[in-house]
Amino acid sequence: MTPGAGRLSLALLLTPFLLWIVLLVLLPHAEMLRVSFQVRESWDTLDWGLTQYRNFFEEAYYWRTFLRTGLMSLFTTALTLLVAFPIAWYIARLARGRSRGVLFLACLVPFWASELVRTYGWMILLRESGVFSALLQGVGLADGPVEMLYNDAAVIIGLVYNGLLFMVVPLVTTLDGLDENLVEAGYDLGGGHLTVLREVVVPWAMPGIVSGSIVVFMLTLGSYLTPILMGGKDSAWFTQQIFTQFITRFNWEQGAALGVLLLVLSSLMVWLGLKLTGQSLRKVMG
Amino acid sequence: MADANAATETADLVCDRLVRRFGDTRAVDEISLSVPAGSFFSILGPSGCGKTTLLRLLAGFDRPDDGDILIRGERMNEVAPNRRPVNMVFQHLALFPTMSVADNIAYGLKRQKVAAPERRRRIAEVLEQVGLPGMEDRNPQQLSGGQRQRVALARCLVLRPTLLLLDEPLGALDLKLREQMKVELKHLQKAFGTTFVYITHDQSEAMVMSDQVAVMRQGRFDQVASPETLYRHPETPFVAGFVGDNNCLAGTVVAQDDGQVTLDLADGSRVRGMAASPDLQPGQPAQLFVRPESLSLVATTAAGEAALPAQVVTTLFDGANSRVELTAAGQVLFARLPQDGSAPSLDAGQTLALQWQPSLARVFAGAPA
Repeated sequence: MTPGAGRLSLALLLTPFLLWIVLLVLLPHAEMLRVSFQVRESWDTLDWGLTQYRNFFEEAYYWRTFLRTGLMSLFTTALTLLVAFPIAWYIARLARGRSRGVLFLACLVPFWASELVRTYGWMILLRESGVFSALLQGVGLADGPVEMLYNDAAVIIGLVYNGLLFMVVPLVTTLDGLDENLVEAGYDLGGGHLTVLREVVVPWAMPGIVSGSIVVFMLTLGSYLTPILMGGKDSAWFTQQIFTQFITRFNWEQGAALGVLLLVLSSLMVWLGLKLTGQSLRKVMG
Repeated sequence: MADANAATETADLVCDRLVRRFGDTRAVDEISLSVPAGSFFSILGPSGCGKTTLLRLLAGFDRPDDGDILIRGERMNEVAPNRRPVNMVFQHLALFPTMSVADNIAYGLKRQKVAAPERRRRIAEVLEQVGLPGMEDRNPQQLSGGQRQRVALARCLVLRPTLLLLDEPLGALDLKLREQMKVELKHLQKAFGTTFVYITHDQSEAMVMSDQVAVMRQGRFDQVASPETLYRHPETPFVAGFVGDNNCLAGTVVAQDDGQVTLDLADGSRVRGMAASPDLQPGQPAQLFVRPESLSLVATTAAGEAALPAQVVTTLFDGANSRVELTAAGQVLFARLPQDGSAPSLDAGQTLALQWQPSLARVFAGAPA
């Protein structure tokens, strides 16, 4: 192949990827960044300024929701990790042959339905006239219907459920590669269950833990349906405010500023997470 | 009973009729053993003989179905692996890849609640002893196979265990390094004075290093003895065939006289050896084992009555271990070539005679398996 032909085929192969990156990632973000610094003087005059960002910091409702979303996403991620770890351990280390495939499939099945359907599933269980409420009344633990929806706990349950698969998969992959002898050596040299978990298993699984956590954190931070449907009027999620600005208020400038802030927050948290755990993005995603 | 107690007190490890079943098969079948303090004990057997299962019972990763394990007189059956005074060097070493050399060694010391300054001192000391001074901050992956081996040993020896279990740790090394590590392991064992229980399928490893070797087959010990006794006085045909090179000739017992047995081979030639089975009756099938170095090659004309005619197939040059392949009475034999050049010239197809002292050959009842 001549160098010219080689370069041409490289360019052709890269074209879809470059189109995707430029048109769907770089361009919209650049545009959003530009819009976020524009201040609408009147209906036909625009000026550069920081008004939108000032609004965010001056209006308590904005930054409180922002902070709450960040903290609840962190909490959800941690909880997802706690729930996913035993599941992944069982699938990777204890299950054999067929049951392994079946268990993996069981984690995957809910994702054949859309997020909307999954969320409605939880609503059927948790609502006042729902399954759990009826069960509690039937057993005699409750006198009347119990409303379990429209609070933060319900939102977190829904979010953990949505993120579970994305935590289980990388954990199973890393735990799968853990040599049984390493675990046995951990016990043999005098370690108890907790020591072996802390000193041997978790350090080994760290790349999986970090990559799972990054994905779940980003998904949670950017989720929209679950907090809206399952949360109460006090459980506002930051994505809702971005939606409101863009669609309801038609205030693209403010919406863009909030969007940029959310992007900065998630990038910052991922960077911080990598720094704290001593992992590099290449190792975690490679 | 008093004798048994005395033996238990001086032995670091005693197993009493240990049984481990997997379904219908007995991987470990009524094994009893006693390992004296400070000795190097090897368990030698082909793969699948149950030696790894036995080692896992000793380490505590598996529980015996029957029988007792005693370490320094204390019953260990129900004791968890992390509470046994036993450490193990794994086949693939199992060094923690997320820790440095020092952290690997420190892991066990931390579990023993050794304070940090003392810990550092002991890590430096043990690394010195295994010949890796100053390697504390290396990552195990940066080390060579032989160095990793030493770290795995150091990680166990620093804890001063009563018993060190080794699961074929030399298997992954290349031949040259393996020969070197064999000698070194023996020196280290003497230097530390720790009791070693070593399992291997390589008879040369077991012979070179051990004070005592147990030859294991199908969950049982065929013979427990010093390497030299195993080599010179094997008690079963399996031991005779498994330990060291050996030739096996199948035939029929003709006569037995004062421990010396005469066998009739298929072609009518007669060979003699010492009876190794108690009840050898004339007319019974039997097998005679004679080592390649016990055979001397003589020209047929000079052969006496005890000579076995044989045809040369080929010579196999291997330095000091050069051999000649022969057929006699339809069976294949190997003879060691003398190093002083006294052997007659050997051409393929040439006929000559094999002679040996009957006291160096051993005869077992039964046909070869």
